[in-house]
Amino acid sequence: MDDIDDIVREFLIESYENLDQLDQDLVALEGAPGSRDLLSSVFRTIHTIKGTSGFLAFSDLERVAHVGESLLVELRDGRREMDQHTTDVLLRMVDTIRDLLGCIESTGAESGIEVDGVIAVIQAALDGTDVTEAADAGTPDHAVIAAPTPAPAAAAPTPAAPAPAAPPAPAAVRVAPAPIKPVAAVQVDVPDAPTSRATSDSSIRVDVDLLDALMRQVGELVLVRNQIAQLAGSDSDAELTRSSQRLSLIASELQEGVMKTRMQPIDHIWSKMPRIVRDLSSACGREVRLDMIGGDTELDRSLLESVKDPLTHLVRNAIDHGIESAADRLAAGKPSTGVLTLRAYHAGGQVMVEVRDDGAGINPERVAAKAIERGLKTVEQLEAMAPADLLNLVFLPGFSTAAAVTNVSGRGVGMDVVRSNIESIGGAVEVDSEVGRGTTWRLRIPLTLAIMPALTVRSGSEIYAIPQVNLQELVALDTQKTQEAIEHIGSAEVYRLRGSLLPLVRLSDVLGQPRGDAGSAVIAVLQADNQRFGLVVDRVLNNEEIVVKPLAAQLKSIGVFAGATLMGDGQVALILDVQTIARRTLTGEIVDTDQRATAGRATSSAEVNELLVVGIGSGRRVAIPLALVTRLELIAADRVELVGGHEVIQYRDAIVPISRLARSLGSYDDDAGEEIPLVVFTRGARTVAMVVSEIVEIVSDDGAGHSTVDDIGLLGSIVLSGRVTELLDVPAALTQVDPRFYDDASDDPSAELGGTLAAGLDPRSAEMVGV
Amino acid sequence: MSTQYVTFRIGEALYGVEVMRISETLGHHPRTPVPLAPMGIAGLVNLRGQVVLTVDLRPRLGLPPLAADAESMMVVVEVADDSISLLVDEVGEVLTLDEDQFESPPDTLGADLRELITGAFKLETGLLLTLDVDAALAA
Repeated sequence: MDDIDDIVREFLIESYENLDQLDQDLVALEGAPGSRDLLSSVFRTIHTIKGTSGFLAFSDLERVAHVGESLLVELRDGRREMDQHTTDVLLRMVDTIRDLLGCIESTGAESGIEVDGVIAVIQAALDGTDVTEAADAGTPDHAVIAAPTPAPAAAAPTPAAPAPAAPPAPAAVRVAPAPIKPVAAVQVDVPDAPTSRATSDSSIRVDVDLLDALMRQVGELVLVRNQIAQLAGSDSDAELTRSSQRLSLIASELQEGVMKTRMQPIDHIWSKMPRIVRDLSSACGREVRLDMIGGDTELDRSLLESVKDPLTHLVRNAIDHGIESAADRLAAGKPSTGVLTLRAYHAGGQVMVEVRDDGAGINPERVAAKAIERGLKTVEQLEAMAPADLLNLVFLPGFSTAAAVTNVSGRGVGMDVVRSNIESIGGAVEVDSEVGRGTTWRLRIPLTLAIMPALTVRSGSEIYAIPQVNLQELVALDTQKTQEAIEHIGSAEVYRLRGSLLPLVRLSDVLGQPRGDAGSAVIAVLQADNQRFGLVVDRVLNNEEIVVKPLAAQLKSIGVFAGATLMGDGQVALILDVQTIARRTLTGEIVDTDQRATAGRATSSAEVNELLVVGIGSGRRVAIPLALVTRLELIAADRVELVGGHEVIQYRDAIVPISRLARSLGSYDDDAGEEIPLVVFTRGARTVAMVVSEIVEIVSDDGAGHSTVDDIGLLGSIVLSGRVTELLDVPAALTQVDPRFYDDASDDPSAELGGTLAAGLDPRSAEMVGV
Repeated sequence: MSTQYVTFRIGEALYGVEVMRISETLGHHPRTPVPLAPMGIAGLVNLRGQVVLTVDLRPRLGLPPLAADAESMMVVVEVADDSISLLVDEVGEVLTLDEDQFESPPDTLGADLRELITGAFKLETGLLLTLDVDAALAA
């Protein structure tokens, strides 16, 4: 790009903006063929491109624009009516111009883009040979529907190309995606694209980097303001208090102002929608009317970028799977034209974006059947779910309800990607659907990323911040009655909140820290992924605006923290990632991307019925499937050696890493005496030894008394010999010590694991049980 | 050929890092511990509005880790685009050292430490071990 002239660069930026406008205008024109304003706007744009390209000696571009202009003149002068064919031709011209511009941007010249095809098509339309072409036009349109590999959906439908000119034309279209990428880059560089030409005089272009830097500095200012406010609060100096309040006010206004400079109306991404809807609905054989309400709703530009892809996906999905074909709609007693509504509005400090269709709706029963078929849920799990929750299954990875996979959607890139994209910017997705009436997807998006309102809480001796987005309410537990208020189902704690059971998660457990014996506790009722749970913390401190600081790479993998922030007193506090906490602790949402671990886990839970019970201190008992255990050993405590911070022992001529089970499960083992009981796991050449506090017994598990409540590193809990016993997730525990423990595995890990069963029943191990 | 080293003490040994890699040395700052963090991560500190990770090298050097609330001096190192702070017992002076005083680590040094310690300068008062900060601070 550096070697391109400034003039050319200006031309490119201006033309891209104009082309976006052109796309919109042309589609609008189809709906209102008589509009003079639209026609002259389209004409002006093409005329400008033609003039400038001639001046800059881009002859191909000039030729395309010229022939297009001739067609537009006829339209403008009323010598020709706007119809679908003409729109197709003009849209194709826009695509070709876009390709040429992309080519000029990346290579500095316009070579390599085939233009004769499109010129011939426009010329044919001009010459009035349309009559035959109009007939032709239908054929390729149908071909798009029927053919298994039609042109990419982004490309315009390519009808009406007379036979000789046809072959080069699709080639040109297919070349398009590559050069289009830099196009997007240029648009990103243009923060304040004037939507209307009249406003261009009163606005200036500002480098986005500068705005980002300003935003960061304002973030720092807000922090200092918080600090000053705290200092002033603890001081009785009236002068200081007054200055502090004034500073507070100015900082808030400045923050608001800077945030506004980064705001763009959502129209910026919606403007692409009419074209997408038009192309898609003709490709899918649907009749769709697009309504857009609240296009002037503003969002931070970085958020806008992140919302673009999910929104496009939802729109595609609504047309492909939501809205029925015209015949089906008439049969169902609905008007033949489906209505797709995009609506944006402010609500409670957030921006809501709705994508609503009046199509067939999502059938919860079909969703449930699909979830079972895909092995995502069991029948029992589904029976326990409310119909509204069933719909949320579509957000699970690996889910797609499309009966037939089309090229438009249903390629496995599903709603889980939409959800993770939206969640990554601190938003949320909801779905409502009524069979036969339609579906509404609702995106909740925060106004900005850098500064967010949060609730600060204390757990143990540390302060943590919970984003307000996730917070629904706070419930204080009575000091005297805490034990009563929290009830148990199996080992899971629940609280009766207005009659319904709220699952409880203790923050100290999530963070692997000892439970505080504080007399009081507060339940923060949190919402994540349409799941509600109560997070038990020691104390609630304050509501404040916090500035999000990114975490160092070394800490990102922990997962439960979304970032860090600075408190008024300068102390660092961690921001909790509520989504991750919910996923880790709530049943049925354990997403395990590690295939090997999943395979190992499935085997262990399905086949095991002999369990080794060990103690890990603090009275906690953990059960380990005996089939996975190779040997039990009792070793002298001084045989444990340190290698670079890791504990090892020399065991059978090999150095074996040691894991202390109590530590990895967040318990505190009362340090054993001179001898340590070890549970040894061997797999191929790899061995891991697990230190436990005591070996209790071996029991048979009759499968009753299971609880599905999960915790980190645990599969659930069971009642054994009258005691609640936690069931260890062995593959997870082993890979934590030795990440390559399952690496040398054959394709079928169950064969290996079965092989260790014999070793597990080694007489020596049986002797050890008496320890 | 001589290079300047910032020296500091961790436990009994004296360590050195090239002066160009060090942005500053500071006194004790209160640390916010990070639950579930990997061994050696000592928490986060507020360095003039930036949240900076602190690393306790002691476990990797075969020493018991520092208590969470133990006071400690800090040496702030530039790694990639980030600042990371090393916890040290005492910051020494900046020494200008000649290459001819330098020697590679002995073959008997374990592989773990060999990653960290690139060699030693033979000073009159003892050995100055040179640290590879990138290896020491890798995740």
